[in-house]
Amino acid sequence: MAEPTRMFTDRYGLKDSHTLAVAEQAGAYAQARRVMTTMTPDAIKAEVKAANIRGRGGAGFPAGMKWGFLPPKSEKPVYLVINADEGEPGTFKDRTIMELDPHRLLEGCMMAMFAIGAHVTYIYVRCELVTSIKRLEQGIRDLRAKGYLGARPFGVNHPLEIHVHPGAGAYICGEETALLNSLEGMRGEPRLKPPFPAVAGAFGMPTIVNNVETIASVPDILKMGGAAWSNLSRLPNDGGTRLYGLSGHVKKPGIWEAPVGLTLREMIYDFGGGPLDEKRPIKGVIPGGSSTPILRPSDVVNAPDDKHPMFKWHGKSHLDVPMGVDTMRGLGTMLGTNCATVLDSSVNMVEAARNLMRFYHHESCGQCTPCREGTGWLAEVCDRLCEGKGTVADVDLLVDISNNMMGNTICALADGTAMPMLAFVRKYREEFLDAAKNGVRGRLDAAVAASLTGASGLSGRTL
Amino acid sequence: MTFTLTPEREKQADDLLGRYPTKRAACIPLLHLCQEQNGWVSDEVIEYVANRLSLPTSQVKGVVTFYTMFHQKPVAPNVVWVCRTLMCEVRGAKVIQEHLEKKFGCHVGETSQDGKFTLLKAECLAACGQAPMLQLNGEFHENLTTDAVDKVIDAAAAETPAQAVTKAVSGHG
Repeated sequence: MAEPTRMFTDRYGLKDSHTLAVAEQAGAYAQARRVMTTMTPDAIKAEVKAANIRGRGGAGFPAGMKWGFLPPKSEKPVYLVINADEGEPGTFKDRTIMELDPHRLLEGCMMAMFAIGAHVTYIYVRCELVTSIKRLEQGIRDLRAKGYLGARPFGVNHPLEIHVHPGAGAYICGEETALLNSLEGMRGEPRLKPPFPAVAGAFGMPTIVNNVETIASVPDILKMGGAAWSNLSRLPNDGGTRLYGLSGHVKKPGIWEAPVGLTLREMIYDFGGGPLDEKRPIKGVIPGGSSTPILRPSDVVNAPDDKHPMFKWHGKSHLDVPMGVDTMRGLGTMLGTNCATVLDSSVNMVEAARNLMRFYHHESCGQCTPCREGTGWLAEVCDRLCEGKGTVADVDLLVDISNNMMGNTICALADGTAMPMLAFVRKYREEFLDAAKNGVRGRLDAAVAASLTGASGLSGRTL
Repeated sequence: MTFTLTPEREKQADDLLGRYPTKRAACIPLLHLCQEQNGWVSDEVIEYVANRLSLPTSQVKGVVTFYTMFHQKPVAPNVVWVCRTLMCEVRGAKVIQEHLEKKFGCHVGETSQDGKFTLLKAECLAACGQAPMLQLNGEFHENLTTDAVDKVIDAAAAETPAQAVTKAVSGHG
């Protein structure tokens, strides 16, 4: 039985873990002090590269490699920008870091700035996360008062400053170039790449944009050494431990830390206590946020060729494949943010797709026609299927629209809409065809609605 | 009527402007600061921000209309957001919304009969493991039941002075 790890999350359970006094007592800033006073930036970068840390924001890009894209010996100022615009439906892991251990992120920022030659970090937090913003800002004030931020942190001649920048409620600002536009005070519309942020990012200067969890892992990486940290993982080229999140129809939803490479089944049963109601089997699992195509427990890996990268799991259920950036890609989905959502047999998948398509339609920035129009049409066609006004041809229309969105836009929002839509139709086609004939009756919350009236409620943990 | 910040907030605005290499970058934080004082972003607020940052008002307006967290119409003293995205939805978010609609005597996007609450529908608020949830004046309330909703809302209502009832607000999420 899989057990959660308590390394990255070792301070989560402490009373007042968000305060500098408690965090420092429990080890915070020991690594920043050691690293900045005894190591060179290149040595730090080498450790992060050896750690094989894949970006925790969803794309899974190797963070060490990203840092290497900065132009060497830049005359221009370099910025570090933290993407804390956590808004991918199903994802709620970065909020735990910012609320329960903001100093892990702030320490990571200091070390990363020192390594990449930056002096200023902007932490872009979505403004809805009021507690996160408050605790980060308090943490920054305390660090300034202590001299850890400012002109000479730990006596080292490398001035450091961190600012919190609030968003204003736009999912698209989680896309790194939209985030940069938003940081610069503009509408959050993604930029055409290249140039990539490492060359021309915030304010036109070389910029590294990293996820909260990625940067908050830096202190642990330097504490253990990159190679040792990488070996905590069960998978190659995808190192360390990371946060796992679970929501939907399970007994105990929540956030846990574990080595990279747990299976969905381990997370759902060992951590989450299994399906909410044993009588309603799991129908689908969205592995890492709503943009990642849904998986069916009944599907098995089909890779009989022993040279196939997925051969090791040939014949196994999709729920029994380790969760890694590359393995999830091998299943035709994505690891995304590593926060899974379980949908049980009470859920009508046409209705579920409609809910998500409405979300994407609401959040499309409107810049590119295939996305602006496509998300709207997907939502509308799902609407009419659910309302019993659809036709069988509408099911193929969903596929057609999706195919015309993918690869035709500036950013990945269109792909992140079309891919899950295609998976819904392909894997639950019978249900879509049924909706075309009969519409959809019942509600998405059919399984739980009765238990919410009154005081009893569902089980769930608070942060 | 022109809009001005209180002297204390004016100091905060100076601090905000000092954080960035360009004035324009302070646009979103400054709009938040103004909304905190004014309750919503009026044309006067837009004009103030544009002047303060040396931007055309059209560009500030463009920013305001892009982001859902800027209220473009007046809202009640208490703002309730209910998350209705899939992860909350399968754990009963609709029950919570319907309960609130009944309690307030208004639909989503409108203000309650007593003028104390504006009820809005939110997209994912990053509390999927604690669904269903609502956000009241910035604070998260999680693992809700109808009883828990009553407790939270009644407490806020008791602390809010009676409101002159205005017309229902529309044009929100």
